Amino acid sequence: MAIPRFWREIPSRYNLVGSKCGNCGTLDFPPRLVCPRCGRRSMGKMERRKLAGRGTVVSYTIIHDAPKDFDMMKPYVLAIVEMEEGLRMTSQVIDVELGDIKIGMPVEVAFRKLGEEGEAGVIHYGYKFRPAR
Amino acid sequence: MREVSVIGVGETQFGELWDKSFRELGIEAGLRAIQDAEIAAENVDAIYVGNMSAGKFIDQEHVAALVADYAGLADQHLPTIRVEGGGACGAIAIQQAAMAIASGVHDIVVVGGAEKMTDVGDVEAARILSSTTDQEWESVFGATFAGLFAMMARRHMFEYGTTREQLAAVAVKNHKHGALNPVAQFQKEITVEMVLGAPRVAEPLGVFDCAPLSDGAAALVLCSRDKARKFTDTPIDLIGTGQASDFLAVHDRRELTTMDATVIAGKRAFHAARKTPNDVKVAEVHDNFTISEIMAIEDLRFVPKGKGGFATEDGETALNARVSVNTSGGLKARGYPVGATGVAQAVEIVRQLRGEAGKRQVTDAGLGLTHTLGGTGGTAVVHLFARGD
Repeated sequence: MAIPRFWREIPSRYNLVGSKCGNCGTLDFPPRLVCPRCGRRSMGKMERRKLAGRGTVVSYTIIHDAPKDFDMMKPYVLAIVEMEEGLRMTSQVIDVELGDIKIGMPVEVAFRKLGEEGEAGVIHYGYKFRPAR
Repeated sequence: MREVSVIGVGETQFGELWDKSFRELGIEAGLRAIQDAEIAAENVDAIYVGNMSAGKFIDQEHVAALVADYAGLADQHLPTIRVEGGGACGAIAIQQAAMAIASGVHDIVVVGGAEKMTDVGDVEAARILSSTTDQEWESVFGATFAGLFAMMARRHMFEYGTTREQLAAVAVKNHKHGALNPVAQFQKEITVEMVLGAPRVAEPLGVFDCAPLSDGAAALVLCSRDKARKFTDTPIDLIGTGQASDFLAVHDRRELTTMDATVIAGKRAFHAARKTPNDVKVAEVHDNFTISEIMAIEDLRFVPKGKGGFATEDGETALNARVSVNTSGGLKARGYPVGATGVAQAVEIVRQLRGEAGKRQVTDAGLGLTHTLGGTGGTAVVHLFARGD
């Protein structure tokens, strides 16, 4: 996959930049050009907004059958997390024993390596979650 | 708008068919449907092909013209249209073909669905299937196709008390049905213990909670209803269709345990047909994972929300119970050649309504439903079929 594909998502993947609708005030992540609730009324009113990085686990799974790029990590925990701002995101939960992960667990964002392009390829980074301190 | 009927059906064997190529599968199903309809090549006005990812599975795009060519129709210079919508492409192809007939543009259209998945390895096939999820905001973080459905399952268990055994009951039932279907990939019964003891894929789902990788194809001949009687005494009418989309990423949806796309597609189809879920006797629903069937029978209103697991465990969706669900064996046992799915489901429903389903025949099948998902629920399609007499 081409390097720009990762590079152009850096603001959101490194700094949790989402968007806030100037019409209804709802936050979305990643940033959207049009608010799914307000449609045309939101056009030109979508502002960039950084998330606080805290949330709770809505659901989770332990992945045993992993894609090639994640083979070294398996088994790993994947979760859908509801952020304080109300929106939801999907990523891995790290620094947790497999038996300890629970629905409702408070988590916070951690900056981690996500993967790399082949053996000598560019490393790409982004957010994962860990139990809140 | 003209009404539309099915006048011919055909399908291939489903499974790991190493001796058959993509084009051979497509042609085999198509020619069987044409033969079944007793029409000639000159009668066909257009061909619609549902195919998810021949480009990735066999490095071949432009497959609709290819299939028409090898079906011996190159000289007819027919319009050929390939349709993609994740796992729902076959079902969308049916709807598009029906619209072409309803509009008066065409009289007779062949709809095919085909996928050749076993020319690549398991890991590569899983990666291709995952391409219907959000690559930038799900897959890149380690989400797999099974993992996303596993999170729906976990949440369903949390909210409604659905059990691991109830999920397993879906696979057990569908294998039981598959054992009665001579074209099914798995014609062997399994037990709850086998499902629970199978290697884990994405907890709580194990190998037996997942539909297999398959090769296969299916085809229908659709005809305007006013002309259908010229070709068959038992036309099956397509009396309602509904398609709906939703947020592509699972985490953006309103709920993890309801697929709004299914709910809306179902409402649209039932509204068009002036029928209710209680009228349905036989249904093929998209059981790519066991949790998918549980959510589908709830979202289609066959059972109340949260009761899908309990109803399955109690046998309410078994052959000739209240509503017979996945009599073909479903995606789980008949097989899951992605692009063929929606069309293969329709073939089964037509056979049931004609009374040609053999050992798995549903008694008094008057109204049948197909439900097909694209991706993790970003698309859903529902079709309703009824006997034409």
